[in-house]
Amino acid sequence: MSDLNRSGIKRFTENLRSLKDSFLGSFLRSGRLTSDMSRAAVMFNNFFLHIQGVKTHVNTLRPTYTFGLGLISFFLLIITVASGVLLMVYYNPSIENAYNSVKDINYVVTAGKLLRNIHKWGGEGMIIFVMLHMARVFYTCSYKAGREFNWVVGIMLLILTFGINLSGYMLPWDQLSYWALVIVANIIQSPREITDSLGITRYLDIGGFFKELFLGGLTAGKESLTRVYLLHIMLLPIFLFIFLGVHFWRIRKDGGLTKPESFTPEEGDIFYVSPPEKRGGIFTTHKTYGLMELAHGKTPAVDRDIENTVLSWPNLLLAELAVFMLTLAGVVVYSFYIDAPLKELANPLIPENPAKAPWYFLGLQELLSYSAFMGGVGLPGIALLGLALIPYLDREQDHVGIWFSGKQGRIIALEALIVGAAVVIGILAFVVNFGWFRNWWPEIPQMLITLINPGNIWVGFMIAWSIFVIKRTGSTRMGAIALFTMFLVSYVLFTAMGTYFRGPNWEFFWSKSQWPLH
Amino acid sequence: MNNETHDKAGLSRRDFLGLAAFGAAILSALSVLAGTLRIFKPNVRYEESMKFNIGKPENFPAGTIKKIDEKNLFVFADEGGIYAITAICQHLGCIVFTTEWGFQCPCHGSKYDKNGNVIAGPAPRGLPWFEITQNVDGTLVVDAAKEVPRGTKYLYS
Repeated sequence: MSDLNRSGIKRFTENLRSLKDSFLGSFLRSGRLTSDMSRAAVMFNNFFLHIQGVKTHVNTLRPTYTFGLGLISFFLLIITVASGVLLMVYYNPSIENAYNSVKDINYVVTAGKLLRNIHKWGGEGMIIFVMLHMARVFYTCSYKAGREFNWVVGIMLLILTFGINLSGYMLPWDQLSYWALVIVANIIQSPREITDSLGITRYLDIGGFFKELFLGGLTAGKESLTRVYLLHIMLLPIFLFIFLGVHFWRIRKDGGLTKPESFTPEEGDIFYVSPPEKRGGIFTTHKTYGLMELAHGKTPAVDRDIENTVLSWPNLLLAELAVFMLTLAGVVVYSFYIDAPLKELANPLIPENPAKAPWYFLGLQELLSYSAFMGGVGLPGIALLGLALIPYLDREQDHVGIWFSGKQGRIIALEALIVGAAVVIGILAFVVNFGWFRNWWPEIPQMLITLINPGNIWVGFMIAWSIFVIKRTGSTRMGAIALFTMFLVSYVLFTAMGTYFRGPNWEFFWSKSQWPLH
Repeated sequence: MNNETHDKAGLSRRDFLGLAAFGAAILSALSVLAGTLRIFKPNVRYEESMKFNIGKPENFPAGTIKKIDEKNLFVFADEGGIYAITAICQHLGCIVFTTEWGFQCPCHGSKYDKNGNVIAGPAPRGLPWFEITQNVDGTLVVDAAKEVPRGTKYLYS
């Protein structure tokens, strides 16, 4: 025990001198990354990295397989949360101060306008990239082979993304916010359309009950802003992050990203992959498993294609870093040039004309102009339920990891794109030119319009068409491709209709320049 | 598990007690949750009264068309009497404006005739008419919480 013989002061100064090494050693746990062994260790020893595998399949790293869409959505979320926390420094959620504090952020706070733009466009970018990510997962057949539940979690995340965007839209308390709040509150109240038709609203007013719960009163006012703020900064983000955690965890548990059954590395793969230094040792071409790992039957990753995997550090992490840099750069540049809108202070007496919802809901607003209940509650509910059920109604397990499941799928998707676009445009043209039941028979009962309107007819057509495709091809996967393609087509077309072709009084105009001046 | 007890009762004593305990826990958790939900219904509403004074009848001679902005209300008067129609669109709550043929909603294109009946657009029902009463001092009071049948006009002097 020579230590005891040295003086305490001497030992203390030695500790002080080796502080850098001893701290780094305790922080990194795996030491310097000089060998494949240590590169593997850093992945499973690090809290933030261990949700990813030590090794990653080359297919996962191919940019043309994932396009990084899920990652971009996640990074947009991180950017939006960071900018949102900064906005909270100045934002004041009361109807007296909200508008002025947002104005302060725009015109007084240092870089406030840029920050608000980043928050706004980052959040709305999430909608686009979450949808694209969903389309990628769908078309590469990645909702199968044990990943069914994670698809459902993804749908929950889509709903939460819409909810957070919408609640944020209401916070500035300008004309856009106020009238969006009024319209959303009335959509929540729209089950009354059904109960009124049945004549039971006096006894069972579901719509009114939820509207009051949402607004904290009968009309949009100060209680409502507090509730929307609570939803935007606390309730919805908490659920979003819980579901996100489950989503990521399930990716690992379900065996990583999907890949084709027969995978062959290509010449070009070398551009984004650095192969391991050596084969052998812990990196045999055939992984061995402990009893615990094999006991649980259906593990998709087990003993498949081990030879086509590479170390996650640095291959995967570099790719992720690159996607993050691109995402951040994209958001900052876009936000530098394009400003988030801010209209006049909320005025409960004068609605905007046309009063439009945020763009991602303009497709729904077009449906709302046929029937409030079907457009706001019924049809979106059916669409989301249909999306969530896709993996359970289409259980064919072949062609996983292949875009469009092969050539036939491409043809079916193209066909659905053309037929869907033609039918949607046809329905819209009919409604614009001839109107609907109410224009022909003004006395018609509301129930008939709720049941038979252009929106319902479109959804009915989508379902009928995909059943026809299933019958023709004998494949539920092909039916799913047709249905999903038509869903995307109609989302885009209805949104375009609401955004570009609807003017004052929700009338049809070929362009904004034809809008009448007031 | 003992086969004999299982056959006789369909459920063993241990399972029954386990299920009962589990059920009790769920039930109490749900009732706590239901109680918590009550907090969302406010006990005080800081909103304007649904009943308000619109002034003396002589301010509304026959032929009057008056919009009371802050109450989102139209007051009309003709030979048949005076009547009040809401300005809130019954589709999604926008504010309608008057036109030569009736009322028009700017948000989703609902149209109403002069009596508030829906003639086009998505509105599920017509614009409601409200009750008008007279105070002891002669002023008129509209109660926006009390709907009256379309066509009910009041003669006050």
